[in-house]
Amino acid sequence: MEDREFGFSLSEEQSSMKDTVAKLVKSMVMGNPAHDMDEERKLSREVIDKVWELGATVSMVPEEYGGYGMEYSPIMNSIFLEELAFGDMALAIAATLPSTFIYTILQMGTEEQKKKYLPLYCDPAYKACTVAVNEPRFGFDAVSLETKAVKNGSKYTINGKKCFVPMAKDSGHMLVAADADGKMDLFIVDGNNPGLKIGEREKNLGLYALESYPVVLENCEVPADDRVGGDNGCDYSRFLQKTRIALSAIGTGMSRASYEYARDYAKERVQFGEPIASRQSVAFMIAEMAYEVDAMRLMTWKAASALEAGRDAKRESYLAKLYAGEMTMKLTDYGVQILGGHGYIRENPVERYYRNGRGIAILEGMATV
Amino acid sequence: MINLEMTQKMMDVKNGMNNMASSMLRPISRHYDEREHEYPKELDVFRSIKIMSRPKKKKEGEEAKPEKPGPKKLGTNLSTVLVIEELCWGDLGMVLSLPNAGLGNAAIVAVATDEQMERFGDKWASMAITEPGSGSDSGSITAKATLDGNEWVLNGEKIFVTCAERADVAVIWATVDKSAGKAGIKSFLVEKGRPGFKLEKLEHKLGIRASDTGTYVLDDCRIPKDNILGSAEVKQSTEGFKGAMKTFDNTRPLVASMSLGVTRAALDLTREKIEESGIKLDYEKNPNNMSAIEKEFYMMEANLEAMRLLTWRAAWMMDNGEANSLEASMCKAKSGRDGTLIAQRCCELLGPLGFSCENLAEKWMRDVKITDIFEGTGQIQHLIVARSVLGYSSKQLK
Repeated sequence: MEDREFGFSLSEEQSSMKDTVAKLVKSMVMGNPAHDMDEERKLSREVIDKVWELGATVSMVPEEYGGYGMEYSPIMNSIFLEELAFGDMALAIAATLPSTFIYTILQMGTEEQKKKYLPLYCDPAYKACTVAVNEPRFGFDAVSLETKAVKNGSKYTINGKKCFVPMAKDSGHMLVAADADGKMDLFIVDGNNPGLKIGEREKNLGLYALESYPVVLENCEVPADDRVGGDNGCDYSRFLQKTRIALSAIGTGMSRASYEYARDYAKERVQFGEPIASRQSVAFMIAEMAYEVDAMRLMTWKAASALEAGRDAKRESYLAKLYAGEMTMKLTDYGVQILGGHGYIRENPVERYYRNGRGIAILEGMATV
Repeated sequence: MINLEMTQKMMDVKNGMNNMASSMLRPISRHYDEREHEYPKELDVFRSIKIMSRPKKKKEGEEAKPEKPGPKKLGTNLSTVLVIEELCWGDLGMVLSLPNAGLGNAAIVAVATDEQMERFGDKWASMAITEPGSGSDSGSITAKATLDGNEWVLNGEKIFVTCAERADVAVIWATVDKSAGKAGIKSFLVEKGRPGFKLEKLEHKLGIRASDTGTYVLDDCRIPKDNILGSAEVKQSTEGFKGAMKTFDNTRPLVASMSLGVTRAALDLTREKIEESGIKLDYEKNPNNMSAIEKEFYMMEANLEAMRLLTWRAAWMMDNGEANSLEASMCKAKSGRDGTLIAQRCCELLGPLGFSCENLAEKWMRDVKITDIFEGTGQIQHLIVARSVLGYSSKQLK
C-alpha cells in the first residue's frame, strides 16, 4: 500500500466539518440549552435533528443503501464526536446512536442485512435505533458476556440482561451483544420482538438528558439471518475497537469543555486581589489540562488512523479508551476543583461534566466511529 | 490531513536505529555507568557521522531551505526524535556523549558565520550556560566578556556543562553589558587550551554517568574578537536573547524523546517479566477484571503513547514551519515528569529485580530523571504552557 503522508493538521474537509459542528454546538447547545436538557432530563429533538441533518453518518454509506457514497473515515467521525461532546455528552451519544447500528451492519453485515436494514435508517430524518452491550452486574466485561444466544434450527434464542440501552423505547431495532457458543457476537433485534422487555427509564449518575433503559431478553427469538455477518458472525473485536475510539473522542470533547470553562473562570475569578489563574497552583493545573486534552485527542486520532489505513487497531483503541477514561475523570475533577464551591453547584457546567465524565471508563459500545 | 500511522520511512529509521542501540549501546551500558568520567571509546565510530550539520547554501545571500517533508521525505525534526528515542532506549548517557553532537554544536550550526563554520564546524562543542547562581533564570548570568583591543576577555564560572572534558571547544554564555540585562548576553567560542580557561572539576551524578558533566572557570581568558557567535552589538530589545531561547523550541522535543526511549526500555523489561510470569497482555479485557500489575502496565503504556504523540507533534510542526513553543513545552512537561514516574513504578513492579544492579531498570530510573530537569525543568515547562494558554506575560504569572 502506498504510504500516506504522516501529519497532524486537519484537511480542508476535516476543518470545515469541525467548524460546522462547532458552530451548531455553540449556538444550540453550549450554556443554557445543555444545562436545561440535563435538568429536564430530556434532549432537544430539534438539536438531534439538526445534527443528523449534517449527514455525517449517512454521507459515508454507499448510495445503493441510501447514503451519499463518500469515503468512510474514522478520523472524520472522531472529530465530529469530539465537537458534539464538547457541547454535551448525552447529545453526542443520542445524535450519533444510529451510526453505531448503521456502520456495524454496513461493515460487518451480510448483503441481505445491508439491503434490508440500511435504507431504514439512512434517512434524511433521524430515526432511533440502538445498541445493547452493557450488562448490570459486577465484573461486567464486553468480551465475556452473560447474555447467551443459542441456535435452534433457523432461529437464535437469546437470554440475558442489558442496561444503559440508550433510547431503547423509541428504537426500531437494536443490536444486542451476546455470547453465541463461546464467540461474542451481535444480533439485530426488532424493537417489537415479544421477547424484549424494556424496563423503566434508568436513573444514573450522569447523562441525565439521555434516555436509557434496562432491557431483559427472555427467550427472545431472532431469525438466524439476523446474526450480524451471517452464520459465522462478525468481527466483534473490530466493533469494540470502533466504539472505544468513539468513547475516547467523546472523553476528549468533554475534557476540553471542562478545561476551557475552568481556564476562563480562573482568569475572571479574583481572590486576594488577583485572578486565581495568576497563582502557580491553579495555573499548573490548567497547563496540565491543556496538554492532556491534546494527548487524549492525539491518541484517539492515532487509533482512528490505524482503522483508516485498514489496519487492526486493537492495541491503539484499547489504550486510547483507557487513557481517555482515566484522564476525563481527572480533568473533569480539575474543572470542579478550580471553580471551588461554585463548581459544586449545578448552575455551573463543570458539575455536569464531572458526573458525565465518569461514564467514559465504565460504558462500552454506546457510540462508534 | 491527519494521519498518525507511521510511514515505511519512519519504520525504517526506527528499526535501523534500534539495531544500532541494541548492538552497540546496550552491551556497554552498565560498563560505563560503573566507570563515571571514562569516555566510552566505542562512541568514536559516531565521529564520522555528521549529526549536526547545516544544509548547504546554494548561492550567496540565498537562505538554505530544508525541503518540505512529504510522504517520501521525512522531516529533520521528526526524524531526529525517532532516532533519539531509539538510541536512548539503548543508553541516554551515551547519546549525550556522542562526539560532535553537543548542544554547542547545535548553536554553532544555527548561528555561526561561514568563516566560523570553517574553523569550528568539525569540532566537538559543549554549551556552558548555567552558573552557580543562575539556573532556570539564564537571563541573570554574571560571567563577563570585555572587549580589549582585538580580543574578548572572559571571566566567570560555568557549571553543569555536558561533555565538559570531552569537547574540543566550549560555547560560553557571558554578558557584555550587565546593565543591559538579557540584551547584553552573548555567546563565545572558547577553544580548549586557551590560557585562563580551566576545567575545574567533573561532577558525580545520579544518572547519565556515561556523560561527563563539569565546571569551567574562566580567569582573564582571552579569545579573538571574531570568536563571538552572532552580533556583538547590544540592542535595546531582548530579541537576541529570545532568539537563543527559541532554539529550545527545537531542543525540547529532543529531550522529550530521550525520556521516551528510556521509559520504553523500562516498560519493555517490565512487559517481558510480566509475560514470563504467564500473564498475557491481550488489550481486550476490562481493566477492572485483571491484576493491578496488568492494569497499571496498560496505563503506563498509554501514557508513553501520549508522551510520544505530543513529542512527534511538536517536532512535526517545526518541520512544517509552524510556531511550536507551546507544543514543545507541552511534550517536555509531560514526558519529563511521566517518564520519571513510569521508570520508578517499573522498578517497583519488578520487585527485587528492579532494585538490583543485575538489571538496567534501576539505571533507567536514575537516567530518565534528568529529562525532567535539563533544558528547562518540568516546572518551567508548566509555566510556559500556562502563560501561553492563559495569555499571561511573565509578570502576570510568575
